[in-house]
Amino acid sequence: MGTFVVRRLLGLIAVMFALTVLVFLIFFETPGVDPARLMAGRHPDPQTIANIKHEFGLDRPLPVQYVLMMKHMFVSRDLISYSTRTKVIPEIIAATPVTLSLVIGAAIIWVIFSIVLGLGAAVLRGTIWDPLLMVLALIGISMPVFWLGEIVNLFTQSRWHNFFLFSWVPPLGYTPLTQDPFLWFKGLVFPWLTLSVLYVGFYARVLRANLIETESEDYVRTARSKGISERRVLVRHNLRTSMITFVSLFGLDFGILVAGGALLVEVVFGLPGVGLLTYHSLTGLDLPVIMATVIYGAFFISLASALVDLLYAWLDPRVRPT
Amino acid sequence: MAEPLLEVRDLKVSFRTEDGIVRAVDGISFTVHEGEVVGIVGESGSGKSVSMMSVMRLITDPNAIYAGEIIYKGRNLMGLSRDAMRQVRGQEIAMIFQDPMTSLNPVYTVGWQIEEQLNEHNDLQKGQARRRAVELLGQVGIPKPEERIDDYPHQFSGGMRQRVMIALALSCNPDLLIADEPTTALDVTIQAQILELIKRLKRDFGSAVALITHDLGVVADIADRILVMYAGRIVEEGDKEQIFYDPQHPYTWGLLGSIARLDRPKAQRLTAIDGQPPSLIHRPQGCNFRPRCPHAFDRCRAEDPALTDKVGGGHLDACHLSVDDKRAKRDATINPQLAESA
Amino acid sequence: MSSTNGGPLLQAEHVVKYFPIKRGVLIQREVAQVHAVDDVSLEINKGDTLGLVGESGCGKSTLGRCFVRLYDLTSGRLIFDGQDITSLSRRELRPLRRELQIVFQDPYASLNPRKRVGSIVGAPLEIHGIGDRKDRKKRVQELLEKVGLSPEHYNRFPHEFSGGQRQRIGVARALALQPKLVIADEPVSALDVSIQAQVINLLEDIQDEFDLTYVFIAHDLGVVRHVSDRIAVMYLGKIVEISPAEELYERPIMPYTEALLSAVPIPDPRESAARERIVLEGDVPSPINPPSGCRFHPRCRYATDVCTQIEPPLVDYGNGHLAACHHPLNVDKETLARVSVDQAHSPAQADDSAKPVQPAQRSS
Repeated sequence: MGTFVVRRLLGLIAVMFALTVLVFLIFFETPGVDPARLMAGRHPDPQTIANIKHEFGLDRPLPVQYVLMMKHMFVSRDLISYSTRTKVIPEIIAATPVTLSLVIGAAIIWVIFSIVLGLGAAVLRGTIWDPLLMVLALIGISMPVFWLGEIVNLFTQSRWHNFFLFSWVPPLGYTPLTQDPFLWFKGLVFPWLTLSVLYVGFYARVLRANLIETESEDYVRTARSKGISERRVLVRHNLRTSMITFVSLFGLDFGILVAGGALLVEVVFGLPGVGLLTYHSLTGLDLPVIMATVIYGAFFISLASALVDLLYAWLDPRVRPT
Repeated sequence: MAEPLLEVRDLKVSFRTEDGIVRAVDGISFTVHEGEVVGIVGESGSGKSVSMMSVMRLITDPNAIYAGEIIYKGRNLMGLSRDAMRQVRGQEIAMIFQDPMTSLNPVYTVGWQIEEQLNEHNDLQKGQARRRAVELLGQVGIPKPEERIDDYPHQFSGGMRQRVMIALALSCNPDLLIADEPTTALDVTIQAQILELIKRLKRDFGSAVALITHDLGVVADIADRILVMYAGRIVEEGDKEQIFYDPQHPYTWGLLGSIARLDRPKAQRLTAIDGQPPSLIHRPQGCNFRPRCPHAFDRCRAEDPALTDKVGGGHLDACHLSVDDKRAKRDATINPQLAESA
Repeated sequence: MSSTNGGPLLQAEHVVKYFPIKRGVLIQREVAQVHAVDDVSLEINKGDTLGLVGESGCGKSTLGRCFVRLYDLTSGRLIFDGQDITSLSRRELRPLRRELQIVFQDPYASLNPRKRVGSIVGAPLEIHGIGDRKDRKKRVQELLEKVGLSPEHYNRFPHEFSGGQRQRIGVARALALQPKLVIADEPVSALDVSIQAQVINLLEDIQDEFDLTYVFIAHDLGVVRHVSDRIAVMYLGKIVEISPAEELYERPIMPYTEALLSAVPIPDPRESAARERIVLEGDVPSPINPPSGCRFHPRCRYATDVCTQIEPPLVDYGNGHLAACHHPLNVDKETLARVSVDQAHSPAQADDSAKPVQPAQRSS
């Protein structure tokens, strides 16, 4: 098991390295683009450009430039966003709890609901509920999340805001947990639900398909022949092995969301998370921020992928190296 | 004669499908007595597995239709509630399956799986289940059971896995063990080991065994009585001596003739049975075996033969030929030496 | 470049096939090998059937595939019809593939479910550019009839056929190019007994008609005896005994063969009860780390010290019957004496002096 872990972690480092090089090359070596000018922001004066050139060693050989960029990003952490004039790294660190609040809350909701829905559909197979539940899931998958978010806002923020059901909904924005937990919660309820809708649909379908597949496995038949209850067969045998796929997919999706994939929800609900930060940096062509968010994202996805592999090995003994 | 342990009366199992109703088991009746080994022989499509799975009520296909009775120790299993049937499963009747590679849950240790069954049917104290599981693994011949109990199924070889399955099945001392082709997927030397094990355990535990197989060699060794099934029906039934030395049904002759035997001089040509097993949806008119039977005559098309005792001694067969006719034709069909042993 | 009449069609000399097992953190290194086939030499004469028996992991399927060059050999030589085919490139092998064909075990997996039967059987003809479309169709229909199907089956899909029929299709495909050597890799194991007999009869009829040479791989000793002229018994990648068919069953020399024969169920209750059952202990060991000396020694009831140390060579006991054992069974004194003494180690006395030790302790 030890070599397995070491190998995955080494792989993680290798991927990170490759990604930083790639990002660096894209931003700094695209012909026809002067990185110094881009990094200098909207109305650059020659002095700023000269400063940048010097700081990032743009006259020096490529590997040196790369090393300097990495130094600015990780060591001295003084990369400066040229639109907001603030340091990038602290900005990202500040945005992370927002994204995490959003994503973790949504994840809890979607896992619970998708298991309920998927199990329900599989158990009720043959009745009208199975296709009904699956159509519901399909609707969930098909609705674009930004559209859904805006519709939700339409009702909760303006149209029906005075209606008792939604009057408690705070205006768009985020309140840190430490500042006012109740407000934090209220402000996140609808973003959570909006984000989960898509995933509940997807995971319910995946789980149902897996459950149906494992139902016909020989070991489920053996379990039944032992005389244990149907419920136990379902949960301990059928569900347990179906969860392997479910958990692997979940790990990857969760990683992607933490990495800034919840962008659309953050924009629609005005949550200043990493996704929103990425969005602003892209529209403003704020190079340092773009670089930083790309690397932040890549790190989390690679980490998630490595963790999923380990988790898979924990769940499925057959995969463990002997 | 004592009450039979299991009595199946006119069991019919059909499945609704797009192409029609598949009559997988078309009215079979047989008994199993305490401590005896009944071999159920047939090829694919004969209904042997479906009938035994029905005894355990393990078929989950919602399109299955049942008829008939399955009387176990005086109770009709078909009429039991789900909970009552669960009590029977694993505790009174246990089953081992064909493919040991896939029949054990890969994510739990073998100890966990045995203990699950023990705890289901017994009120055991902490640690008792584990001790019993170790004991069982030892009884089925797994070396160092106290270590291997925490291993996962994929860490065992095929033969060892089948032993684990047997340990599982016998854990609650069932009175009837159903073995569905337990050695088909195993190598020949491992098969011999498992058969010896089943014989020994049958002695030690005293359970009756219903052994399903397509291999007549296996039943010759281990069975007391034999049922030969074809197309969902029993076509011949008798004890070991009767079936092997005085077989009455042309299908049985075909089976015996198809085997390339080690104990006889090399045959010139194997006696194959022409054709394919019949469709279970649209059965042939009259006798189901008629289209493939080299001895069919007009009565075979007109009338479906019933399973009756024509030759005596509890030896049943479903064939219209007279006993003398049969003996004459049989010896022409299979090895002539057979006549000498009769 | 053709074989002499009745001479060897295929010669295998010290064929070795190992499969690497790779482990490693950053770079995968080969840490062990699966000794699938470990120094096999044999000859197959034209028109003969060689039976290859053994249990799982013995290497018989791998050996069969090596014969048709589906694998590259790790070392050794293969001479087919006088030509050394060991290191021929794929291009050079192409014309030879017409003469070396293989029928596989699983009739459900070896036919492409998306193609029609006519296309499956005709594919070899098409690949080798034989005839035009009409000719090929005619030939395929002839072949289908030869194997007991009807020409109308040309347009059907594999799933419309039973296992036995599918196997016949596989045989038709193998015959399409009029091969010289056909490897039948467990062709009947997946079939019901009565269908097995049909397919075996078919294979025999075809052998006579098309003048084929077979390598018949199987684990069912009864079937193998029925079809083979000579039989080779394999264990953990080595040939432990090879002999004319009848003689193997009357006079097994190697204890493994004896155990194998004893394990085969006999459909005769009295005989079955009367015979001595030799039940081997333990599992078939892994071909990754074969036991030292004679590979069978951990399970052999006659094993002595020498068996754990020195690997017995294949020795000729007369009448084309070879076996590799330090304590050969069923061999009389004169034959033992006659047997060549310039081997690395001569076989010890069979019945009298050698006291069998307990089979070596094995971990399971």
